[in-house]
Amino acid sequence: MSDKPLPAVDFLKIPDDGEPYLEGHKCQACGAIFLGVRNVCSKCGTRDQIEPMKLANKGSLYAYSIVHRSFPGIEVPYISAIVDLDDGASVKGNLINVDPDPDKIEFGMPIEVVYGDALGRKDRDGNSYLSYFFQPR
Amino acid sequence: MSDAYIVGVDMIKFGRFPEKTVPEIGSQAALLALDDCGLSVQDMEALYCGNLGQSSGMVGQRILQQIGQTGIPVVNCSNACATGATAFREAWTAVKAGLYDLVLAVGVEQMGRGLLGGAGGATGIPKEGLLGSGTMPAVFAEAGMEHSRKYGTTFEQFAKVSVKNHHHSTMNPKAMYQIETPLETVMNAEMISYPNTKLMCSVNVDGAAAAVIATESKARELGLMNRAVKVRASVLTSDPWQERDLVMPDVNTCTRKAAAAAYEMAGVGPEDINLVELHDCFATAEILHYENLGLCGDGEAGRLIDEGEVALGGRVPVNVSGGLLSKGHPLGATGIANIYEVSTHLRGEAGKRQVENARFGLTHVIGLGSACGIHILEKVA
Repeated sequence: MSDKPLPAVDFLKIPDDGEPYLEGHKCQACGAIFLGVRNVCSKCGTRDQIEPMKLANKGSLYAYSIVHRSFPGIEVPYISAIVDLDDGASVKGNLINVDPDPDKIEFGMPIEVVYGDALGRKDRDGNSYLSYFFQPR
Repeated sequence: MSDAYIVGVDMIKFGRFPEKTVPEIGSQAALLALDDCGLSVQDMEALYCGNLGQSSGMVGQRILQQIGQTGIPVVNCSNACATGATAFREAWTAVKAGLYDLVLAVGVEQMGRGLLGGAGGATGIPKEGLLGSGTMPAVFAEAGMEHSRKYGTTFEQFAKVSVKNHHHSTMNPKAMYQIETPLETVMNAEMISYPNTKLMCSVNVDGAAAAVIATESKARELGLMNRAVKVRASVLTSDPWQERDLVMPDVNTCTRKAAAAAYEMAGVGPEDINLVELHDCFATAEILHYENLGLCGDGEAGRLIDEGEVALGGRVPVNVSGGLLSKGHPLGATGIANIYEVSTHLRGEAGKRQVENARFGLTHVIGLGSACGIHILEKVA
């Protein structure tokens, strides 16, 4: 078992010295940004010109749904959100610290990415995980 | 290159048949389609079978094991919710290529109940409810909310889609449900993923549909032209790259691309289409596709549903079968079931829900991942 939390997804990076961040991979030919490692750009087809980058921690809400029924054992309601980060990447996650009420949620509202324990979820080896969340700023 | 015609087409009444197997359900539809044109399995030169749940299970061959093992080529295919349309299109392609004069296409599915969608990877921890939702109602809710963001489309407008399609299904004896659902009933139903309530989600059902496709010369030789339906366009697209691809499946661009190609192939425009069966897997999705298919301009979909233009009796009725919302959505069967629906109207045999004087009809399905299949059909006789 790891003595430190593991990242919930591969594109969440936890440096030994410093704050966690989300990592994108940017095509140097066309500028498309991907989540996760790849060698070929699916926008322009250029090979071997994709470089890692630290994604912005700020962005705005693009679209969302308020989820009231999910798979068994998943706590509801929660807000499933698509956030456009300021550098052009788009990320999906839970929007927290807002009432799950459409009257309280505005398209384009300023968002920041925050990091925290993955809702107490552990893998079968008992490891804890660090995840990212969106909240209004 | 010969034109291709649907000479036989039918579907079983959609429902839940846990006591039956997938090949049994598929066989029922295959026999119905053969009976519809008075032909037998011995007349078929190839079988194209669409099924998702048993995609490695040789469903097409197992259907022939039930209705006649004639040794013909069988192609099994899966393409998410575009599976049935893909099987039909492969059959059409073979006829157009001149390989065969008579082929059979079957789409079949047996569904469990409950939510569809990604439950997360096999390793690590479940991501559902931690990194948003991968459930289908939520994914299509987000796609609908993108439309709300752009055009102010309301919860009530999305809900009206479900009212309309449930109303249509009261006239379709082959639909899973025949019940009216007034607006307040739809809006007050259990909220699944805002803005989709339970009545705004398609119904998981078991079902099958089948079609016999013929060359023009064969259809004439067999005396089948009086009820034949001409396939004016068959198009399949995948999703071109979009900036939010990785987090928000785009059902719009592949539909627009397919629609443009289909109208060009058919030599007609959206203004010529008399009825549409489109992929209303969720009420939010139907609104998007009015615009994607060119039934109205961008931003006008809300008005279209408000003014009843897409209801039976309106300018261009959409989902008069009841749609996936009420007829039901057996994934692999849906693409051929909607071809059955449009063909039935073009033949003037749709009974109480008949769209009067229908000459051209369009069918549309989306398989998330993504695949879009569009067919444009024309009345012959």
